[in-house]
Parts: sequence; C-alpha cells; structure tokens
Amino acid sequence: MHLLRAIQKGADGVYAVGCLEGNCHYNEGNLRARERVEHVRILLEEVGLEGDRVRMYNLSSGEGPTFAAYAREMTEHIKSLGPNPLKKWAKG
Amino acid sequence: MKSGSNLEKVLEAGHFAFTGELGPPRDTDGEEVRHKCSYLKGNVDAVNITDNQTAVVRLASWAACLILIQEGLEPNFQMVCRDRNRLAMQADILGAYYHGVRNMLCLSGDHCMFGDHPDAMGVFDIDSIQLINMVKTMRDESKLQGGQEMEHPPKMFIGAAINPFAEPFDWRVHRLAKKIEAGVDFIQTQCIYNMDRFRTFIQQANDMGLTEKAYILAGVTPMKNVGMARYMQKKVPGIEVPEELIDRLKGVDKKKVADEGIKIACEQVEEFKEMKGVHGVHMMAIEWEHMVPRIAEEAKVLPRPVVD
Amino acid sequence: MIVAERKPFEEIKDMLKGYKKVLNVGCGTCVAVCLTGGEKEVDVLNAELDMARKLDEDPIELGAVTVERQCDREYLETLDDKVGDYEALLSMACGAGIQFLAERYPDMPVLPAVDTTFIGVNQDVGWYEERCRSCSACVLAWTGGICPVTMCAKGLYNGPCGGTDQGKCEISQEQPCAWFEIYGRLAGQDRLDLIKRFYAIVPWKNQKPRTLIQPGYKKPEQAE
Repeated sequence: MHLLRAIQKGADGVYAVGCLEGNCHYNEGNLRARERVEHVRILLEEVGLEGDRVRMYNLSSGEGPTFAAYAREMTEHIKSLGPNPLKKWAKG
Repeated sequence: MKSGSNLEKVLEAGHFAFTGELGPPRDTDGEEVRHKCSYLKGNVDAVNITDNQTAVVRLASWAACLILIQEGLEPNFQMVCRDRNRLAMQADILGAYYHGVRNMLCLSGDHCMFGDHPDAMGVFDIDSIQLINMVKTMRDESKLQGGQEMEHPPKMFIGAAINPFAEPFDWRVHRLAKKIEAGVDFIQTQCIYNMDRFRTFIQQANDMGLTEKAYILAGVTPMKNVGMARYMQKKVPGIEVPEELIDRLKGVDKKKVADEGIKIACEQVEEFKEMKGVHGVHMMAIEWEHMVPRIAEEAKVLPRPVVD
Repeated sequence: MIVAERKPFEEIKDMLKGYKKVLNVGCGTCVAVCLTGGEKEVDVLNAELDMARKLDEDPIELGAVTVERQCDREYLETLDDKVGDYEALLSMACGAGIQFLAERYPDMPVLPAVDTTFIGVNQDVGWYEERCRSCSACVLAWTGGICPVTMCAKGLYNGPCGGTDQGKCEISQEQPCAWFEIYGRLAGQDRLDLIKRFYAIVPWKNQKPRTLIQPGYKKPEQAE
C-alpha cells in the first residue's frame, strides 16, 4: 500500500532497497518485499502507468558507492520515463 | 435372449466374437459412414459407433447407427454420460430401439476440456455404472428411471468398457464386478498392448467368477507406425505401451512398420482365442477401416458366424 | 470459507463508468481471509481506481468502509447513514453478501468487484482450494472424506473412469484423481468394502434456490 500511495500522491518513482538475497537480518523480509514490489508493478500497469516506476534494489549496508550508483541509475531512469501524470492532481 | 441381436447370438452360441469401430464425421456427411461400412460388412459381428468421441462434436451416434442398419450392419450404440441428462438418455434409447438398435455401450465420456467445446457444461447427471443399471431396469422391469411402467420397453444388450491398465490396478477388477452387479452383459476393454498385465487381470477376473457373468471382448488396435506408438505411450491416459513393442516396430524396415503392427495385433488375437475368460476381440482400427478386411483375414476370424 | 477472486481491473473500471462518487464496501469474513475483499484490498482497489480515473481526466470520489460480514443484516445496518452520499455501491463481498446489500438498498446500483468462486479451504497464505459443491446430499461417510462431486471432474459416484492417469485426473497432471485418492484413503482404513457396492442414481438437490429453517424456528411473517 505504501508503494502505491507514493505514486498515487504524485511521486515520479519509488525505489525500495533491501539486503542481498540470502542475507536478510530478518530472514525473509527482503524476499517478501520483492514479491510486493512485483505485485505493485503489475497493478500500475493495469492502471495505465509504467510499472517500472517502482523498483527494488538489493545490496548490503556497507556498500555505500553501490547505493549511490543505484540512486543515480534510478534517477536517470525516472527522468527517461518522464514525470508522473498524476502529479497535477496532487495537492500543493 | 435379452435383445436378440446378432452380437448376442454369436456370443451365446459360444463363438469367438469380432467387433469393429467407426467414428462418425464432423459434419452431415453420412456418405462417409456408408463408405466405411463397405469395408466392415461381412468382416465383423457388430460395429461400435462412437458418441462425440474425445468431446468433439460429430454426427450423433444414434443417427450413424441408423445408417449402419440401412447398410445391413449391426451397430453398437455408444452413449456417454457427459452430454445428456437421464431424460434425454432414456428418450434416445427408446428412439434408437424403435429404429432397430439392439446393442448399446454405457460410457463416462472424455472430459469436455479435451474437445472442441471446452467451456461446455459436462452434464454427468448419472455415471456410467448408474446408466448400465438404468438400461437394465428399462429392459428387465419395463420401468423408466422415474418409476413409470412402459408397455413396450427397449430390450438392449448392454455393454460397457473397462480399462485394466489404469491405476489403482488392484481396483480394476472390482470395478468390473460393480458393472456386472449393475447389469452389464458384455465388456470391451481399452486397447491392450501390455499382455502380461492383461493376463494378470483376466486371471483375477476368472478367479472372481466374473468372466462367467459377462462376455469380455479384448480391445486391439494395430499400430500404424512408430509415431503412433509413441503418441499412445506418452499422450493418451490409461493406455500402456511397453517399450519392447516400440522396439519391435523400430526393428523393421520403415515401409514394413504397418505390416509389423498388423502382425503383432494378429498374434494378440491368436492368444485371446485361447485365453480363458476372453470371449472375443474388439478391433479398433479407427480411421483405418479400409484395413479391416485384411486384418480380419490375417487374424483368421473369417468367415463370421451366422447364427439364427 | 467462501473464496472469491477480484475481477480484472478493466472490468471493474468499466462498471464504474459514469459514476463520480462510489462507496467501496469490503467484508471482513471469508473474502478477507482469502485476501480478496477485506479492508486492505478495499484500499488497494480504491488507490488503483483513483489513479486510473485521474489518468483518464475523469476523477472519481471513492469512499471505503469494511463491515464484519455483508450476509448479516445487523452489520449492514451501520451503512444506512452513509450510502445516501453516493451514486453507487461497489461490493467486495461474496455473491451472497452483494445481493443482500443490493436488497437492502434497492434504489442504489450495487456492483460486484469480485467473482465468487467456491467453498474451499486455506492451504496457505494466498492459496485456496475448492472442496465442496454444496450438493445437499453429503456422501463423505463412504468416500473416506473425499468429495466425489467436487474433486472428481465428472462427479462420478462409482469411479474412477478409464481416463485416470497414474493417480491424476485426465484433465491435468496437476489434478489428482479423486477416486484414486478415495481408494487409497479407504484402503488405508481397511474400509474398501464401502465402495465395492454399486451406488445408485443421485437425486440432485441444487436445481433451485434453497432455504434452511432450523427445527424450532420458523420464517417470520414479514422479513425485517
């Protein structure tokens, strides 16, 4: 729901970041998150938006430079998709 | 005599019966049925007419039966439980009987999803064993399923199919017993390739006294080629094809595979003639009807007996 | 429980064409358990509809309320003072609940957001399987607890048929053959005799809408 809400309120993109698969502190949390991200991507397509606005990246907490690289990648990617058409409906 | 049909007379007299099979066309071309009849006449005691086989719409079984009667052949009217409720079934039985049909087979029917109308509702108001019992009640008690009495009841010779190869194997002979309890007169088996398995089955049936209560016709389908053998082995549920059989077909010259297939079928017929508990053979040469005269010749089942 | 499946999004969106203010009513019992129509699912559907309609430049105002059950009038009562504000009701309950809702507010269009599928069991989160066809003539006593009407594709009472394929139904390798299973279950309990006898024709009882009045109760002269 949180992922959907963000897009609904006008965010151009959302990226969820989780631990490397097999390395989760809580065992399965990152796998469940992956499933939910996949589900939201499908829902967005159903609605008429690009499912690719929501993505999940996996890395470990020590990988600062990788995190930054993913952030840049996501930014570039969202820019190429263009702004969220729902933005104009958002308040403020 | 229950029905007085040719098939019944042949079996009653103790002869080794030989029946054939024919699938009606997928349109109104009754002439195709007449044409196939020409190969079967004189070579078999009776001919099974399939009923929307594999859930594919074809010219109705009862209608094709009438064509056979016109051509001088005796039909075995197959009826499945998939397409009709008990009212329609009884009505069709009364109508078919009036027109001269005397043998019928009571079958479950392949599921709709196999055919050309996969979304249709499968009726299954009654199952095949209940159908056997219903037809027996109509014949022996002159009663319709709802209890009403008939002045002119249909007197059918009642048949059914069994598959000795389906799991659970141990249960199969008990299912045969149930069909006999329900009132079946004759049985045709699914086509047999695994002779060992069948020998075990018939032994069990003999031990239970079942083969004295109903006539058993062993199903034989000659293999036309290796492709067909493979297909039946892998894709058709309930049919067991031993690897040795396929090896045998592979072992001959490509042009001679069909001949080898017929040879194997004839070997089976020879064994069935001597097998205790087997009263005949049901030859299913579907879409190969023109080969039946030759097969009948090679299987040494000619001439067919004429019983008064 | 009753299992239902949410209708495809396009179909729901289509149903709501022309409506500007709709109340989405969820149900907290069966459909919530199978993750189809509970409070969470109402929120997700509303978010989807909101976004889709905005993209179409045709925004829709959506309310959301989830009641304990829609098949019991006492829970529907809580909606009485809310429905007046809306043009239509979208219900995520099973077919029975949707109809009760429609009966209670006959002047309002009531639309189904789900397809009611079957009576079934919860195998695991997100995985539900059919077990019962409500035939009104339960024979589980002599089939070892496996329903031949529901689990046999042909509803046979004297099965299996000749198409049974190594323990699986002819329709699919994923579908176990019910009669193979029944045989196994009864063999394990040494009760095979139960299926050695021939079972006669069944009087089907599900041909018309059924009513149950428990002994000791009677239909009130007037419904509420």
